[in-house]
Amino acid sequence: MKIHEHQAKQLMAARGIPVPMGRVARSVDEAVAAVRPLTEESGNPVVVLKSQIHAGGRGKGTFKEHPDVRGVNVITDGIDGGPGAAEERVRELSQQMLGSTLVTIQTGDEGKQVNRLYVEQGIDIARELYLAVLLDRATSRNIVMASTEGGVEIEKVAEETPEKILRAQIDPAIGLAPFQANELAHGLGLDGDAGKNFKGFVKALADAAVEMDTDLIEINPLVVTTDGQVMALDGKMAFDDNALYRHPDIAEMRDETEEDAAELEAKNHGLNYISLEGTIGCLVNGAGLAMATMDTIKHVGGEPANFLDVGGGATADQVTTAFQIITKDPNVKGIFVNIFGGIMRCDVIATGIVEAVERVGLEVPLVVRLEGTNVELGKQIIEESDLEVTNADSLRDGAEKILELTGGGAE
Amino acid sequence: MSVLVGKDTRVIVQGLGKTGQFHTDKAIAYGTQMVGAVHPSRAGTEFSFEGETDHSGVPGRDDTYSVDLPVFATMKEAVAETGANASVVYVPPPFAADAIMEAVASGVDLVVAITEGIPVGDMIKAKRYLEGSGVRLVGPNCPGVITPGECKIGIMPGYIHQRGKIGVVSRSGTLTYEAVHQLTLLGLGQTTAIGIGGDPVNGTNFVDCLQMFEADDETEGVVMIGEIGGTAEEEAAEYVKSEMSKPVAGFIAGTTAPPGKRMGHAGAIVSGGKGTAEAKIEAMNAAGIVVAETPSDMGEAMVRALG
Repeated sequence: MKIHEHQAKQLMAARGIPVPMGRVARSVDEAVAAVRPLTEESGNPVVVLKSQIHAGGRGKGTFKEHPDVRGVNVITDGIDGGPGAAEERVRELSQQMLGSTLVTIQTGDEGKQVNRLYVEQGIDIARELYLAVLLDRATSRNIVMASTEGGVEIEKVAEETPEKILRAQIDPAIGLAPFQANELAHGLGLDGDAGKNFKGFVKALADAAVEMDTDLIEINPLVVTTDGQVMALDGKMAFDDNALYRHPDIAEMRDETEEDAAELEAKNHGLNYISLEGTIGCLVNGAGLAMATMDTIKHVGGEPANFLDVGGGATADQVTTAFQIITKDPNVKGIFVNIFGGIMRCDVIATGIVEAVERVGLEVPLVVRLEGTNVELGKQIIEESDLEVTNADSLRDGAEKILELTGGGAE
Repeated sequence: MSVLVGKDTRVIVQGLGKTGQFHTDKAIAYGTQMVGAVHPSRAGTEFSFEGETDHSGVPGRDDTYSVDLPVFATMKEAVAETGANASVVYVPPPFAADAIMEAVASGVDLVVAITEGIPVGDMIKAKRYLEGSGVRLVGPNCPGVITPGECKIGIMPGYIHQRGKIGVVSRSGTLTYEAVHQLTLLGLGQTTAIGIGGDPVNGTNFVDCLQMFEADDETEGVVMIGEIGGTAEEEAAEYVKSEMSKPVAGFIAGTTAPPGKRMGHAGAIVSGGKGTAEAKIEAMNAAGIVVAETPSDMGEAMVRALG
C-alpha cells in the first residue's frame, strides 16, 4: 500500500525523524490559511505548494488543464511582498491545481487528479542527498541505500554512476549498527553537525522501516540545510500489505481515490486483478499461470485486458464477481478462462462460470480450458448447461481460439 | 534417488485448520508418512483420517486408509515422540514465521511452508534464524515438494505426477502443475518437483535446487520455471552455465506484465527496470537453457534440451 507524502512525513515526525513543517489542504481556503502560520513559525517567507498523488516526478510534471503549472511550486512572492503576496500566489495556484489532472513520467498520459495539496515551509538547502530503506532480495535483508546524487532518479544513478551508491545491510537481530551509520555519513562526506544529525536520522529511519513493515522508504532528496540540519524534503513510503493487520493506524491512511476502482473491488472480494489495455479478458487460478496466460495471449497476437488470479480457494461467488469485473471493462471482446485445478476443483469453477453467466449475462465469446482436479466433472457441468462455450485443450489452444473468436486481435 | 523427500520422510503437520486438514488427508491418501500434528489447544488428542487410497501415489497399498494422527503441543515433543524428519506449515500468516522457527529448532531436516501472505519482515527474521542451522526451508507461499510414488508434502494434485527422470523447480504453483502434467504426458516423468514459492524472501532458491538435481543420479534434466521480479533466475542461469552438466529447460512468466505492478505474487514485480522477463530469458538463453515460448511448450522444450 502506498501513502501520500504528507502522511509519510507525519509518520516520520512521530518517530523523531526531522521533516519540514507543513499543512495539508483539501481546499483553496485551507491552502491559503496555511501560509501565515508556516512563515511565522519558520521565519522563512518562502512556502512550497506540493500536489499529493501516489506517483513520483511531480516537480517536473504539469497539469492537463494548466500546462504552464507544475506539480510542485516554490512560492517566493513573500520575500519582497510579505505574507499577503504569498497568500495571493498560493490562492491562484491552488485554484488551478486542486481538481486538475497532473501528468508526470510515472502517471502515464492519463495523469492523476489532485485532491489534496501540502503546503510546506521553505528550506535553505546546502546539499541534496538520496536515502532509502528497501528489501535486498539477494540477501533477504533490508538495506539502507544512500547517494550523494539527491534529486535525481536513483535508477539513473545506478546505471550511470553505480559507485556513487552506498549500501548498508540491516541485520534483523541488531538493526543498523552505529559503525554503519558512521560509514554512510563518511561516504556522503558529512561531518560536524551535519554528520552527527545524519547518523541519528539514518538510524531512526532504519528502525522505522522495520517497525512499520515498509516495503520501501525513499527520501529524495534528503537535504542538509545551511545550518547543518538533516531533513526529509520528500518522502515516499510503501507498506507490506501482508503486515497491515498489525498497523491499523497506517491501514487507515489508504486513499482509495488513488486506486483503480475495479482493482479495489476485486481486492475487497479476495481477488487479484490488474486492469490492462487489451481486449481479451482472462480469469485464471494462480498468479504464475495468470501471468503466463497473458503472455500466451500476446504471443499468439492478442492483447490481454487484465491480470486476474482467483486464487487457490475461490468460491462460486468469487468467480461471479470476477466475471462481473471483467465484463464491466468496455474493451473486453472475449473471455478466456484458464484453470489448472490443484486445490481449486474444476467443478467449483464450472459451477461458478455457469452461475455467473446466468446472473451477469454474457455478450462476448467465452473459451474455457479446464485441467486438473475433477476436470471431467467440470466439463460435464459446462456441457449440461446452455452456455455457449468453446472448450480448449491447452493454454495455447485456448489463447488461439479466443483470438480467432474475437476477430484475430488486430485493431 | 530423488531430492529432498522420499519414502523415508516422516512428516509433522503444523496448523490443522481447514486447509491443513484437507491437505493432510490428501497426503495420507497419497501414501506420505504423516506421523503427527502440532496444535497446542488439542494436544493429547488424535485426528482421524480415513478414505479411499490415491493409487497414483505410493504403490502396493490397500484401497482404503484409516490413520489416527497424534496431536502434540510443541514441535519438539512431536519430533521426540515420532522421529519425524520434516514438517509442513499451514499455520495462518501472522503466526507462520514463528511456526517455521519452531520447526527449525525442533531438529527436523526439512520445513515446507505452504502459507501465503506472511509479512516480509517476519520472513527476514525467520531466515536469519535459519542461518547456520543446517535446516532446509522450502517456501513460503509455495505448493510444496513431491517425489512421485514416495512422498507428497503440500497442496499439489498427486495424480498428474509420474515417477521419471526430470527435476522440476518453480516459483509458481499452477505453472508447476502445467510442467509436471506435460512431462507426464510425454512419458518423461519427474524425480522431484519443488515449488520454491512466489515470495521475495524464501528459504530455497533456484541454485539450491539445481545443485541438488545435478547431484542426483536419477535426474537427467531439469525444468525451471521463473517469473518477473528479483534476479534469482539470472543467478540460476549463471550456475547452469558454469556448473551444470545436465540439460535445463525453462519458462519465464510475466513478459506482458506492466512495470511497477505486483502480479499476484508478492515477489512478482518489475521495479526500476530490474527483474524483467526479457533480462531473465536473455540470461537463460546465454546459459544454454532451452526457454519455452509459451507454458504449453515447457515439456517440448525439455525434450529439445535432452537432445
